Amino acid sequence: MLHSVNAVSMRTFTTFILMAFVVSALLFPPTCAFAVQPDEVLRNTELEKRARNLSAKLRCLVCQNQSIDDSDAPLARDLRLLVRERLVAGDSDDEVVGFLVARYGEFVLLKPSWGPHTFILWLSPLLVLLLGIFLARRLLVSSSRVSASQDGDVKKVNRLSEEDEERLKAILEVSPDARLDK
Amino acid sequence: MIVEVGHFALVLGVVVALVQMIIPLWGAQIGNTRMMEVAKPAAIMQFLLLLIAFLALMYAYVVSDFSVLNVVQNSHSAKPLIYRIAGVWGNHEGSMLLWVLVLALFGAAVAVYGENLRPTLRANVLAVQASIVVAFGLFILLTSNPFIRMIPAALEGRGLNPILQDPALAFHPPFLYIGYVGFSMAFSFAVAALIDGRIDAVWARWVRPWTLAAWMFLTIGIAMGSWWAYYELGWGGWWFWDPVENASFMPWLAGTALLHCALVMEKREALKVWTILLAILTFSLSLMGAFLVRSGVLTSVHSFAVDPERGVVILGIMVLFIGGSLSLFAYRVSSLRQGGLFSPISREGSLVLNNVLLTTATATVLVGTLYPLVLETFTGLKISVGAPYFNLTFGPLMIPLLLAMPFGPLLAWKRGDIVGVGQRLIFACLVFVVVAAAAYAYYYRGPVMAPFGLALGAFVMAGAITEFAVRVKVGRASFEEVARRTWNQPRSAWGSALSHFGVGLMVVGIVATSAYQEEKILVLKPGEETKIAGYTVKFRGEAPRHGANYREQVGVLDVMRNGSQVIRLYPGKRSYTAPVQVTSEAGIYASWAGDLYTILGDRQKNGGFTFRMYYNPLVRFIWFGALVMFFGGAISLSDRRLRFGAPVRSRRRSAQVPAE
Repeated sequence: MLHSVNAVSMRTFTTFILMAFVVSALLFPPTCAFAVQPDEVLRNTELEKRARNLSAKLRCLVCQNQSIDDSDAPLARDLRLLVRERLVAGDSDDEVVGFLVARYGEFVLLKPSWGPHTFILWLSPLLVLLLGIFLARRLLVSSSRVSASQDGDVKKVNRLSEEDEERLKAILEVSPDARLDK
Repeated sequence: MIVEVGHFALVLGVVVALVQMIIPLWGAQIGNTRMMEVAKPAAIMQFLLLLIAFLALMYAYVVSDFSVLNVVQNSHSAKPLIYRIAGVWGNHEGSMLLWVLVLALFGAAVAVYGENLRPTLRANVLAVQASIVVAFGLFILLTSNPFIRMIPAALEGRGLNPILQDPALAFHPPFLYIGYVGFSMAFSFAVAALIDGRIDAVWARWVRPWTLAAWMFLTIGIAMGSWWAYYELGWGGWWFWDPVENASFMPWLAGTALLHCALVMEKREALKVWTILLAILTFSLSLMGAFLVRSGVLTSVHSFAVDPERGVVILGIMVLFIGGSLSLFAYRVSSLRQGGLFSPISREGSLVLNNVLLTTATATVLVGTLYPLVLETFTGLKISVGAPYFNLTFGPLMIPLLLAMPFGPLLAWKRGDIVGVGQRLIFACLVFVVVAAAAYAYYYRGPVMAPFGLALGAFVMAGAITEFAVRVKVGRASFEEVARRTWNQPRSAWGSALSHFGVGLMVVGIVATSAYQEEKILVLKPGEETKIAGYTVKFRGEAPRHGANYREQVGVLDVMRNGSQVIRLYPGKRSYTAPVQVTSEAGIYASWAGDLYTILGDRQKNGGFTFRMYYNPLVRFIWFGALVMFFGGAISLSDRRLRFGAPVRSRRRSAQVPAE
C-alpha cells in the first residue's frame, strides 16, 4: 500500500517536473502508470461506457489531481470496481455518485457540487466576466462622451463671430494678385 | 576551487545588484546623470557574475563533483552528459539559480540595447529589475544555496529521476524560465514608469518586444512540457489542469492579454491604466506560480510544513513585490491620463474584448486552483476542483474569443465597419460551414459539439489567411501589386497572422483528439493481433533491451495497414538503476492524421500481456500549433520597427523652435 501511494505521488511529481519545479525527485520511486485493466471491463458495453464516464469525474483519493479512470493506484481500481458493481446492481449514475459521496465525502468529486460552499467557485467566472464587461462599457461610454464633448468644443471654437466671418469672407474674396497690388 | 569561485561570484553578483538597485534610482530622483549611468555597467557585470556562478555549478555537475551536496543529491556519474547538464536545473537550488540568471540576462539586455531609452526610465527599470535579483539572490544564499560542500565527499550521487532523463524535458525548463522571468521586464518597465510618472506610446513600444519574447518562450515551454507528458507519462493525456500546470498557464493567459493591450497603447495611447496594471499582474502571477509550486502549499499542506522557511521567504518576496507595485499603482493611477478615443466597434474595441475574455479566463483558472485551499482554510471542508470544472468554465470563455479573433485584425482603428468585415470573412464563414457539415457527416455518432469545435478552429485559420490576404489586397489588385505588397508587409503583420493561424491549428488538434480518440484495453498473447482505427496491430512477443543506465523489457508490435507493414513499435518498461525506478515507454507511430499510441502492461497468468492502445486523431496539431505561434512571435520580434525601439523624435523639432 505504501508503495502504491508512492506510485501515485509519482504522477503528481511528474507534473511537477512538467513545470520544471522539481523539489525532491528521489522521494518517490514510481512504477509505470496503467489504469483500467482488461479484467475490469464490463461485458455490457452500455454499462461500461457509463462506468468510464463516471470514473473520469471521480477523484482517486490518494492521488493528487487524478481521476480514478487515469490512476493506477489500487484504491482507484477498488473504486472502479465498486462503480461497476453498483451499475450492474441497477443504480443510476446519480445514485452511484451519491453512494460514493456518502462514503468518502465531497472530496471524491472532481466536479464540485453546487451549494452554498461552492457559490463563489461556480459564479466567479461569470462575475468577473460581468465586471469586465461593465468596466469596458464604462471605458467606451466615457470615451464616446469625451469625444462627443470634444466635437462640441471643436465646433464652438470654430464658430467665428459674425465680424470675423465678414473679415474672412473679405480676405477670401480678394484675389492674391489684388493683395499683392495693395 | 571552481565551486568556491562560483559561490563567491554569486555573492558578488547579489552585491552588485544591490548597488544597481539603489544608486540609479537615487540618481533618477535627484537628476544626477552619473549616478544613473551606474546602472549599465552594473547590469552587465551582475549578469557576468551570475553566469560565472551558474557555469561553476554546471562544471560541478559535468565532472560529478560529489563533494558538493547539491550534486550528490541530484546527479550520478553514470548519467549521460546531456542529463548531467540538465541536472543543474532539475532541482530546487539549481533552478532558482537559473531563475536569477535569466533575470540578470534580461537586465543586461536592457542595459545594452536600451541606448535610446529615456535615461531616467532606463535607470529606474534597471533598478527595479535589480531589486528582484536581490530578493531572489538572497533567497538562494540564505535558504537554498547550491554551493554547499559536503565533508567528507560522497562516493556516488543519488541520481536524477529517470522521468527527467529525456531530451525534450532537459531543455524545457530554460524555455519556461525565460518565459516566466521575461515578464519581469514588463513589470520593471511598469513600476519604473510609475516611479517616473510618465507613460506614453514610446513606453509601450519598449515593453512590447520584451513581453513578446517572454510570451514566445513560455508558449514553447508549456508546449514542450505538454508534449513530454503525452509521450512519457504513458496515458496519452496532454493537459491535466493540474495546479502546477495552471501555475504556468495563468501568466501565459495574462501575458497574451498584455501583448494585445500593449498594442493598443502603442498605436493609440489608449488603455494606459489597464496596460500598466496588467504588466504588474502578469509578473505577479509568475511569482505566485513560483510560490505555489516551490512552497508545496497547493499539493499538500504537509509539504509546506516540510520546508516552511523557503515557502515563507517566497511568500514574503511575493507580498513585497505585488503589494509594493500595486500600492504604487494606486498612488499614481489618478495621474495617468487616458488618451485615444474609439468606438466599441473598432480595432481597439476588439482588443478590449480580447482582454476582458482572457482576463476572465485567467481569473477562472486562478479561482479554480486556489479555491479548495481557501475553502479548507476557512471552513475545513475538503473539495476537489478538477478537469470537469475547468472544461465547463474555461471552455465556454474560449468560444467567443475564437469567434471574435478573425474580426479583430480586420477592423479599422478608432471606428470599424463590422458589416464590411463580415463580407470579407465570407470565405472563413464558408469554411466554418463546410467543416462543420463534413465533420457531422463523417462522425455522425460522435459528440454533438465536436464538429462545431473543429469548424471553429478552421474558421480561425481561414480568418488568419483572410487577415493577410486583405492586407496584400488579394483579388483587388494586380498580381504584381499583390506580390509587391506581400514582400513589403511588415514582419509584425506576418507574425500576427501566423500566430492566429497557430491558434486555429491548436484548436483543431485539441477538439479532434478529445472528441474522437479511440481506445483499446486488452490482453494479447504472442502472435495475436487486434484492430484499431484502421490499423492491424500484431504482437510478436517480448524482448529485453538495455541502455546506458537502464534495462528495458519491450513488447514488439507490428503495425500494418491494408496488408503492408507500416512500422514496428516497441512499447516497454524501463528499469533504471540509479535511482531504482521503473518507467513505461510508450510506442508511438506519429503521423499528421493521428498518433497510434501503445503501452505495454503487466504479464498475465496465461502468458499474454496487457496492452493499452489509443488512436489520437490530429493530436500533433496541438504542439505544431504552439510551434507556429512561437515562430509567429519570432517573426514579429524581428520586425525592424520593434528592433530599433523608440525612434528619436521631437528633440530636433523642439530644438528648432527657439531658433525660429
